[in-house]
Amino acid sequence: MSVSLVYAVLFYAATAILVGGLIYRIRVYARTPVPLKIPTTPAPTTRTGVLFRMFREITVFESLFKSNKWIWLFGWLFHFTMLLVLLRHLRYFTHPVWFWVDLIQPFGIYAGFGMAAGLLGLWARRFLVDRVRYISSLSDHLMLILLIAIAITGLLMSFVPEWRTDIVALKAFMLGLLYFDWQPLPEDPMLMIHLGLVATLMMIFPISKLLHAPGVFFSPTRNQIDNPREKRLLSAWAAKLESSE
Amino acid sequence: MADFETPALTEFQLVPHIKKGSMAHSQTFAAKPEFQEDLGFPGELEEGWEDVAVKKLGELTTKYRGLKVFLDSCVKCGACTDKCHYYLGTADPLNMPVARQDLLRSVYRRYYTFAGKYFPWLVGARKMTKGMLDKWYCYFHQCSQCRRCSVFCPYGIDTAEISMAAREIMDAVSVGQKYCNEIIGKVYKIGNNLGLPEKALVNTLEGLEEDVKDETGIDVRFPVDQAGADVLLITPSADFFAEPHIDGLIGYGKVFHQAGINWTLSSHASEAGNFGMFIGSYENMRRVALRIREAALDLKVKRIVVGECGHAWRVAYSFWNTLIGVGHGGNDPYAKALQQQLDPNYPAPQHIIELTYDLIQKGALTLDKSANDDQRVTFHDSCNVARASRMGTMPGGQFVLPREVIKSSVNHYFDMAPETIHENTFCCGGGGGILTDDLIEIRVKGAQPRMQALMDVVQEYDVNYLAAICAICKSQFSKVLPYYKFPMDMIGSVHGLVSNAIQLGAKQ
Ligand code: SF4
Ligand code: SF4
Repeated sequence: MSVSLVYAVLFYAATAILVGGLIYRIRVYARTPVPLKIPTTPAPTTRTGVLFRMFREITVFESLFKSNKWIWLFGWLFHFTMLLVLLRHLRYFTHPVWFWVDLIQPFGIYAGFGMAAGLLGLWARRFLVDRVRYISSLSDHLMLILLIAIAITGLLMSFVPEWRTDIVALKAFMLGLLYFDWQPLPEDPMLMIHLGLVATLMMIFPISKLLHAPGVFFSPTRNQIDNPREKRLLSAWAAKLESSE
Repeated sequence: MADFETPALTEFQLVPHIKKGSMAHSQTFAAKPEFQEDLGFPGELEEGWEDVAVKKLGELTTKYRGLKVFLDSCVKCGACTDKCHYYLGTADPLNMPVARQDLLRSVYRRYYTFAGKYFPWLVGARKMTKGMLDKWYCYFHQCSQCRRCSVFCPYGIDTAEISMAAREIMDAVSVGQKYCNEIIGKVYKIGNNLGLPEKALVNTLEGLEEDVKDETGIDVRFPVDQAGADVLLITPSADFFAEPHIDGLIGYGKVFHQAGINWTLSSHASEAGNFGMFIGSYENMRRVALRIREAALDLKVKRIVVGECGHAWRVAYSFWNTLIGVGHGGNDPYAKALQQQLDPNYPAPQHIIELTYDLIQKGALTLDKSANDDQRVTFHDSCNVARASRMGTMPGGQFVLPREVIKSSVNHYFDMAPETIHENTFCCGGGGGILTDDLIEIRVKGAQPRMQALMDVVQEYDVNYLAAICAICKSQFSKVLPYYKFPMDMIGSVHGLVSNAIQLGAKQ
C-alpha cells in the first residue's frame, strides 16, 4: 500500500467525518426547541440588531474583550491568523489560484507565527493562572498541542529550506483528490506529519469542544431578539401543556 | 454572629487564588418528601435513581437548545473564572462558573458524548454517583442564577441555565431544596410565598391605608379584588409587610393615587415572585404564573403592572407571554382570550418603574426632591432586571429608567463603579433560591463584591441609602449589611424615595 493511497483515504475519511459530523450537529441544534426568551440583556430589539451583535461576537470577540484582555489577545490573534492561513491554503486547491488568494499570500505566510504565538499564549495560561489550571483537562492540553504542532510543522516547511516540500506535486495531489484523478503525494516527512495532524483535527472537530464554532451561532443568549412582550414565543412541547388543560 | 469569617473589604476588588473545598461544607436544608410530592416530584431517593437522573439530563438537552449548546461549546478559556461573586467571596474553585458547569457537563459527557463514553479520563467525564449528586446539591445551591458569567463568556454560556437544569434533575430524583420547594407549595395552597391568607392581606392593606392617612392626611387606597379596575398590580408578597419593602408599596399607592389610576391587587394572585424559575421547572413556573392569568381574566383588568422584584420581573417580562399569554402579539386562542382584554397602548406586563417614569415624563407627578435631602443615594442594579429583562423601549432602559426615577426624587445621587453596575452588576448574594438562613455563609461571602463597591461610594460620597428594586435584594441586604459594618437600614426601595418626595394634594 503506498503512502499516497493511505493519505488519500485518510483525507476522504476526515472530510466525510468533519462535514457529516458538523451537519449532524447543526441539525440537532437547529431542531432542539428554544422554549423561553433568554437573551443576555441589554440585547437588540430587532433582527438587524441581533445580526450586528452576532457579527461583533464572531469577528472581534466582543464579550471576550470585555471579559479578559489577555485571553482576548491570544484567542483573537490565533483565530484571525488561522483564518489567513486557511485562506492562503486555498492556493493548493484551486487552479488557477483566485486573485484574492494571491493577494493574501504574503500575509498568510507569516500568519503562521501569529497562530503559534496565540496558541502558546493560551497554553501558558493553562499553567500560569491557577484558576485556568484547575479547569483544564488533559484534552484541553492535547488540543492545544495538536494545533501548535500543526502550526509549527507548517512554519518549518515554509521557512526551513531542508524541510521544503514539492509544492507543485502537493498541489497535484490535492487537486487529484478533488477531481478523483489521484496523483502521488511527495513523501517528505514534515509534510506527512503536517497532513496527518490536520486530518486528525478534522476528525475530532465534531466530537470535541471545537463545536464552539457552530455553537456560537446557536447560543440563545446571544442570538435572540429582545421582544418578548411584543411577540409570543411558544415551543411545541410547551404548547402541549396548554392544550392538555 | 456565625462561625465563619466575613470577607475583608480591601482597597480594590481582589481575585483570590483558589482554595479547594473551602465551601464544600455548605448544605441547604432538604425538602421533606410531602413537599416534594406537592410539586409533582418523587419523595425519596429510590433504587436506580442514577438512571432516572441521566435520562432526565438527556431529556432536558432535547427540550432546551441553550442547555445543549452550552454543554457542547465551552472551550475552558477561563474568561468566566473571576466573574462570579461567589468565587470572589469564597475562593472555592467550584464556584467558578465553568467549574460549576463542569459538575454537570462531566456527567453529560460520560453518557451523551462519544469522547466521554470511550475516553472519560481524557475529557474529564464522570459517572452519576451519590458523591456527584452531593456535589451538585452543594454547589448548584451556591449559584444565584445571576447570569453575570453569561455576559462575559464568548459564547454566552449561561451558568444559570445549567444550575436550573441541575436542580430540575435533582428534583426528578427527589432531592429538592426546602426553601424553594416549600415556598412554591405555599403559592399553590395560599397564593403567595409568605403564606399570607386573604384575610390577613386585606387587614394589612387596611392598616396601610390608615398609616398613610395618619401621615399625609390623604385617603390613599390599597384596593384588593376590585373587578373592573384598569390596573392589576402584581407585587412580591414581601411588599405587604417586610421592611423596607413596604415603603415601596406605599410609594406605588401614592403614585396611582396622584395619577388617578384605578388599580387593584388580587388575593388570588398576591405574589409576583415565581420560584419555579429557580428550580428550573417549566411546569411549576407555569403553574405559579397561571394564577396571574386567572386573576387578570376574573378582574377584567386592562393593564398588568409588576412591583419591585428582580426575578419576578424576569419571569414577567421575558416569560409571561410564553407561559400565560400576558403580553401582546399572540395569535392563538389561548393568548387572544387574554390579550384582547389588555390595552394595546401599554406594554404588558409593565414595570412599576416604567409606569412612574412615564408619569414623571408627562408631568403627572409632583415630586419635591428636597424631601429626600438627608439621603445620599446609590442604586443597585438587580441581576435579573439588568441581565434578563428590559424596561422602556431602548435596550438598556432597565439601567436608565430606575436612575431617572430616583434622580427625580432626590438631589444627591451617585453611581457605584462602572464595572459593578449595569450589566456588570454584582449580585446581592441572595438571589436564585439562596435567600435562606441555612445558606447565610455563602450569602454573606457572595455579597463581598457588592459591599466592596458600596464601600467605595460610602467613603467617597458619604452615600447612606442603597436603593434597590428587588424584594430579594432588599431582604438580603438588610441581613448582610451589618456583617460588613454598614447600617442595616441603609437599604431601601426606589419607590420608598418616590413616596417621600411625592406631594399628595398638590395635584388633585
Ligand atoms: S467563559 Fe465560557 S467558554 Fe470560557 S470557560 Fe467560561 S463558560 Fe467556558
Ligand atoms: S449565574 Fe451568577 S452565581 Fe451562577 S455561576 Fe454565574 S456568576 Fe456565579
